[in-house]
Amino acid sequence: MFEFCADPASLEGMQWTMCYLTTGTHMLFYASFGTVLLLLAITAPVALLFGFGGAMASRSGFLPLRWFGKIYTSMVRGIPDIIFFLFVPLALDQAFEWTRHQFLCDSDAPVRQGNDFIVCAAAKLPLSNSAAWVHDVYGIFLAIIAFSIVFGAFAANVLYGAMQAVPRAQLETAEAYGMSQRQVTRRILIPQMWTYALPGLSNLWMILLKATPLLFLLGVEDIVYWARELGSSKTSAFAYPHPDWRLYYFLGILVFYLLMTWLSERVLGRVTRRLSAGQATMAGERQRKAGVA
Amino acid sequence: MSCAETITNYALRSLGHGERLLPRSDFNLCQQFTLIGSGLIWNLYFAFFALLIGFFFANALALAKASENRWLRGAANGFIFVFRGSPLFIQFFIAYQALVLLPRGGIDIFGVNIATSWLTRAWAGALIVLTLNTAAYSAQIFYGALQSVPKGDLEAADAYGLSGWKKFRRVVWPTMMRLAWPSYTNEAIFLFHATTLVYFAGFPAFQQMGDSLYYASYFADRTFNPFVAYPIVAFYFILCTLALIGLFGIMNRRLNRHLPGATKRLKYRPQIIR
Repeated sequence: MFEFCADPASLEGMQWTMCYLTTGTHMLFYASFGTVLLLLAITAPVALLFGFGGAMASRSGFLPLRWFGKIYTSMVRGIPDIIFFLFVPLALDQAFEWTRHQFLCDSDAPVRQGNDFIVCAAAKLPLSNSAAWVHDVYGIFLAIIAFSIVFGAFAANVLYGAMQAVPRAQLETAEAYGMSQRQVTRRILIPQMWTYALPGLSNLWMILLKATPLLFLLGVEDIVYWARELGSSKTSAFAYPHPDWRLYYFLGILVFYLLMTWLSERVLGRVTRRLSAGQATMAGERQRKAGVA
Repeated sequence: MSCAETITNYALRSLGHGERLLPRSDFNLCQQFTLIGSGLIWNLYFAFFALLIGFFFANALALAKASENRWLRGAANGFIFVFRGSPLFIQFFIAYQALVLLPRGGIDIFGVNIATSWLTRAWAGALIVLTLNTAAYSAQIFYGALQSVPKGDLEAADAYGLSGWKKFRRVVWPTMMRLAWPSYTNEAIFLFHATTLVYFAGFPAFQQMGDSLYYASYFADRTFNPFVAYPIVAFYFILCTLALIGLFGIMNRRLNRHLPGATKRLKYRPQIIR
């Protein structure tokens, strides 16, 4: 990075620290914070979409669809999310490869042979001759799907509750005006449910934020991976030898998360206040009175 | 090997009893059910003791948070902020790294040697982290409940001449528990589920003595088949969660027994509050 970093062995003090913190691997470490933010940015809307689908399915008049919705929303109540994070990427990967195996390979050999899962080279995902970044992107893609499924189920719980909380009279009035079921849902139910859903969704955002280090378990090179990698003790064979500093790296990550949650709390607080303005709820009433006084 | 033999060999494997070597090939359902069930002992151990110790700690923290003393309030707020604001996963890593730094030979205080190596083992180190973590979350719940104790109850207590500890013990605390209980049930379930993180975050499974998810991922890695082992853990966890809800429901009925019509079943709606 800096010119004086050419010979690390001759550096001392401040210069050593500056050079140490700007090595190539440290740059990857800083970039991995971007990976976490990227995961959050993609997962949050996708999970909301899944949740919406789940909530609509559990309200559906079509029995099998309702069952599907109910099972989807209730599965996260009894089963720890970590199990899903370990299960979903592996299962999806095998499902993809199995499907490709049916179409792309002409062997009749079963995919499962004893304790092995064997597909032909053409069906491998990603292909063994693809670049390293394709493997990385595929890993992150599977992780995002796993996160979206789990948090979609949480969101479905919240949204289902919010839909139930919309006053029945509102929907009946709309029906009395001659609206069809679809119109009632689109014009009355969905616009009104957000106020009721917001507290739950805020909590969900906080949980999602605090679940991001689990990316490490999915084999993604995230901040935890780099903290372990960079912090572990380096012998003099390395350019910058140092003892075990993992504790300090983890403390750095801790500060990052504390900042993120603190920031989120403030932003969500502001959004809640904005949304309850003019609403016929307790919070809205309090704001109105405070404004008058 | 018959299933009965497997059970005698592996039922207590997670505690280090029975067969030393884990099955290496020809995995059958019986082995998977037995070993994963054996690992469940650790999940139950962590959940039980973390909730038990954390409960008392959370009460103290909630009272400190509501106290008049600025320093006490600040300390409680800081503690709750750090443990609620950061991922449990990172807390495990930090705790393990910090505990490893303790001198191996123990610490000498006034000539008495205090051993420290046991702290780096999961049964102690992870339990400490889980206890502090659940204490912070529960304290927030209890604090909220304490703030919503009805004014009339306190006035009634004053009218009866109750004050100080007696008032707290007989009126404030039971009401606080009653109000906090549904949310606390939710927290207990979250904590129970969080025990699966222990062996994936820093703490090594000494001599392959791990929890249920540790064994499940052992099988899934060996067989390349996630469709058997993971559903088995899921099955165990659903059963335990139902039992937990049942137990907390009994407690809820007891807390509400003086209120006519309020002794309904505790309906578990997962408020997403963690």
